[in-house]
Amino acid sequence: MSEQAAIYPGQHGAAASDAPRQPSRPPARRIRPPRWLPGLLLPAALLATAELAVRAGMLAPNLLPPPSAILETIAELAQRGLAGHVAASALRVAAGFAAGALAAILLGTATALHRPTHAFFDPTVQALRAIPSLAWVPLLLLWLGIDEAPKLVLIAIGAFFPVYMGVAAGIRGVDRKLVEVARLYRLSASQQARQVLLPAALPAILTGLRNGLGLAWMFMVAAELIAASKGLGYLLSDGRETSRADIVLAAILLLAILGKASDSLMLRLEQRLLAWRDSFESHDHA
Amino acid sequence: MTMLDIRIDDKSYCGQKVLGPLHLHLKQGEVVSLLGASGSGKSTLLSILAGLDRDWRGSVQLDGTRLQGVHPAISLVFQEPRLFPWLTVAENLRFGLPSADDCGCELEMLLEETGLQGLGQRLPKQLSGGQAQRAAIARGLMRRPRILLLDEPFSAVDAFTRMKLQDLLLGIAARHQLAILQVTHDIDEALYLSDRILVLRAGGGPLHGEFTVPSARPRSRSDASLLPLKDRMLDLLHLAEQAG
Repeated sequence: MSEQAAIYPGQHGAAASDAPRQPSRPPARRIRPPRWLPGLLLPAALLATAELAVRAGMLAPNLLPPPSAILETIAELAQRGLAGHVAASALRVAAGFAAGALAAILLGTATALHRPTHAFFDPTVQALRAIPSLAWVPLLLLWLGIDEAPKLVLIAIGAFFPVYMGVAAGIRGVDRKLVEVARLYRLSASQQARQVLLPAALPAILTGLRNGLGLAWMFMVAAELIAASKGLGYLLSDGRETSRADIVLAAILLLAILGKASDSLMLRLEQRLLAWRDSFESHDHA
Repeated sequence: MTMLDIRIDDKSYCGQKVLGPLHLHLKQGEVVSLLGASGSGKSTLLSILAGLDRDWRGSVQLDGTRLQGVHPAISLVFQEPRLFPWLTVAENLRFGLPSADDCGCELEMLLEETGLQGLGQRLPKQLSGGQAQRAAIARGLMRRPRILLLDEPFSAVDAFTRMKLQDLLLGIAARHQLAILQVTHDIDEALYLSDRILVLRAGGGPLHGEFTVPSARPRSRSDASLLPLKDRMLDLLHLAEQAG
């Protein structure tokens, strides 16, 4: 019961009982469109415009094949091992992201909790963060050859930095007042980290993980464009070499769908783990 | 008999004296309010007693034993509830307790005593301001302290809720034989709740004033006999403000 309700018992019911009775009418059922529908409107409009523009002869089909042709290409690729390409890319992203994120969580936590560790590692991490992804490629190829290892390392590098930033900034930004409460209960440093700092930093950590996953997909394409015989990046490269714009666009479309799907999964995880948050978003979606 | 003996020789921030020399005591079951101008070190004193502030000179003795740092016999309730938002009310109350002390009946009793029965599984965001402050008080009581320190605990709630929480606090203090030391800016609140009222001096030094509230409990909020005492305290607080 709310404080006000406790002070004025029965108040909430008064207005209803004093109001003139209305003839009972079945409540009107309001049909609400699914939440995902508005997000589909823009891509659908773009695809429809492209289809019409190509069919009307306004755009050259060899440069921009109509979406219907791209769908046909996807169907055709599906007969010739598209699933293997998708699986190879997805597995690389999963493995590289897991390794990069794990390393980032460990190092980010250490630098946030221990000042000397921060002083030792953080300047180097910030300098490495400024290096563009493609600059790593020749070095990784030299060091690790052209097998899976350089691809996974490149993806892990891509995922590492946003997760590191999220973890370190999240922990350092924890409300001092909550830490004071933990001190009142004489928690050990590890108990404080586990029971207060990490849960309080979780919103920033999850944002870092989401950004890291997005970058992992981008770095996967960079890795596969350079040296791969399987994967969506390989399909992009193959389409360019054979002047098949439909294959290039099919690979781009699949990358967009896979990236969005993995981001949606992360978003669901975030909403589930952060259900306690009293944020603007939680009110907005209530 | 004195339960808590407090001697602050010196507490300074960046070379600026905040507290001391100051000598206070607290008896079992006694309710004492601390008043004073802003910057007179009221909240700092509570931080020292709770063991959160270690950078000071002096001593705090509980039943003749010198305290070092945080002690389970002393609980602090802050101005804001400071509940962990990811834990339910029940989990907040159990926070930091060894699992051996995790007695469900104690928890249920405290929830009932603080008017939170049925709300144990709610998250802090689902509580009203008054309910959250009740939960903070209940959390402070879970360790079965002998002394409850309160740092302006009712300043953020509306007037009706404040009155209810004040009565709740008096009931809890009486039932648990708790000594309470609270910081407040509200003279009426101090007069309603306290056995003694202490006025701190801005910039350190001994107490600016000490008043014993003569009225017996239960008190009326409009007790006219306390008006002369209120006037004296107002005069003293004006002087303290000017001195600060």
